[in-house]
Amino acid sequence: MIRREIRLQGLGGQGIITAGHLIGEAVSLHDRKEAVMTEDYSPYITGGWSRADIVISDEKIDYPLVSRPDILVAMSQDGFDDNWEATAPDSTVIVEAGLVNTNAVKDRKIFAVPALSIAEELGKKVVANIVVLGFLTATSRVASREAMEAAIVTRYPKAAELNRQAFDRGYALSPKEAP
Amino acid sequence: MAGNYACAEGAIAAGCRFYAGYPITPSSEIAEHMSRRLPQVGGHYVQMEDEIGSIAAILGASNAGMKVMTATSGPGFSLMMENIGLGVITETPCVVVDVQRGGPSTGLPTLVGQADMMQVRWGSHGDYEVIAFAPNSVQEMFDLTVKAFNMAEKFRTPVFVMADQIIAHMTDRLVIPPPEDIEVVQRKKAMKQGPSFLPFDFSQDFPPMAIAGEGHHVNVDSLTHDERGYPSAKHDVSERMLEHLIGKIRNNLETIVQVEHYLTDDAKVVVIAYGSTSRSALHAVKEARRAGMKVGLLRLITPWPFPVREVERIGAKAKAVVVPEINYGQIEHPVREHVDCRVIGIHHAAGSLVPPDKIYAALEKL
Repeated sequence: MIRREIRLQGLGGQGIITAGHLIGEAVSLHDRKEAVMTEDYSPYITGGWSRADIVISDEKIDYPLVSRPDILVAMSQDGFDDNWEATAPDSTVIVEAGLVNTNAVKDRKIFAVPALSIAEELGKKVVANIVVLGFLTATSRVASREAMEAAIVTRYPKAAELNRQAFDRGYALSPKEAP
Repeated sequence: MAGNYACAEGAIAAGCRFYAGYPITPSSEIAEHMSRRLPQVGGHYVQMEDEIGSIAAILGASNAGMKVMTATSGPGFSLMMENIGLGVITETPCVVVDVQRGGPSTGLPTLVGQADMMQVRWGSHGDYEVIAFAPNSVQEMFDLTVKAFNMAEKFRTPVFVMADQIIAHMTDRLVIPPPEDIEVVQRKKAMKQGPSFLPFDFSQDFPPMAIAGEGHHVNVDSLTHDERGYPSAKHDVSERMLEHLIGKIRNNLETIVQVEHYLTDDAKVVVIAYGSTSRSALHAVKEARRAGMKVGLLRLITPWPFPVREVERIGAKAKAVVVPEINYGQIEHPVREHVDCRVIGIHHAAGSLVPPDKIYAALEKL
């Protein structure tokens, strides 16, 4: 059984929950593997923290919650501070370069992705989550590239071109990009 | 799709065409989805003033021939208790979904609980039996909601879907079978009515129901009543009526009770669990098996009526059973009634799913 746990945390409005749904849909509907997502958000303020947890597996998933993320995506400082200790030394940690300072943590593989500035270059800040998904797909192979692209285009058929650009930019940033 | 939406889709697939409710976390998405879906299929959605009104409205609509549902969480469930008894004594088919959260009172609105398990069994006054399902996946939120409708229509009684926040808000793949592959039970209605027609014929478990507006004399009373529906304070009438209400469920346990076994055949220790907790339990049991422990899992798909025979069988073979719950031992209680072996309750009331480690640690000690 290959079980992998993914946690995405950031701020309300960054598309964290959407990104979680897209990973789940790519894995479950397009790659035909198993995926379960749970979500949580700050009950107090608009724009507060927001979190998507996804468990993926080749077989039916028993315990549906994330306890030790194999992959952590932090789009905010809190997202990083609250969760990095729960990751393992060999976990993959991806942070938003413009918002997260990771200097205090030395013993994790951390990738800083300038997703927000890339999204701004592309003309729409809302696609920062898609940039991250591109990077995540290339770096971690949680889902196949085809599956992730299919999930995005199925959900947003009208924004296909912009999302494709955002996804490609993120994908190309990955040091592990496949030829 | 998320569990709450799956539940609403299950209701639609089962033929539910009337929903009255008062939104409450973590069940609100059921109301939200029903408000969108029911008008599309010619049904009616009513947002009521509170949960007392909600259950009253569905009981009324059911007596007018509709398949009906409401959904709520602990605080609303408490308010529904009185009229659940009304549904029982008037033999009115309906489905009540309780997406359990932490309690008591308004407790933990957004966090999981399983502490309404005894309330659903005993919460309304008087003697009665209930049928309750405890889904443990998004797929079961759909499948067991369909089943709940089928049971409600067949047994002419309120049937409960005892979900919980984890399952309700979890997103997973849902497969909705084509309509022809979904078994849907239709209510047995009184076709013609002569002076001899008995809408509450206690001599049969499932007498046909007289529907308001379909040409029958409809007489539905919350008082103890005779076969015609007329109130009576006679001892023998009370006895006949209660024997019927209790008997129609107790006589048919084999068609109601549903459990799932995982490696219980050779197990020395068996975990008994239900709802989302059963998924933690399965994780712990698998891990314990890998470590060479002879353990298994009995999942109660219908906590009520309590699966007496299945639990007794486990109790006769195992040296111990472990009952993890997000409460202080509500299902541990009936388990104790029916086994002679050691019973270890894991009481987890942190507003979170019982961690598999906690169950594993208990298994390791045995």
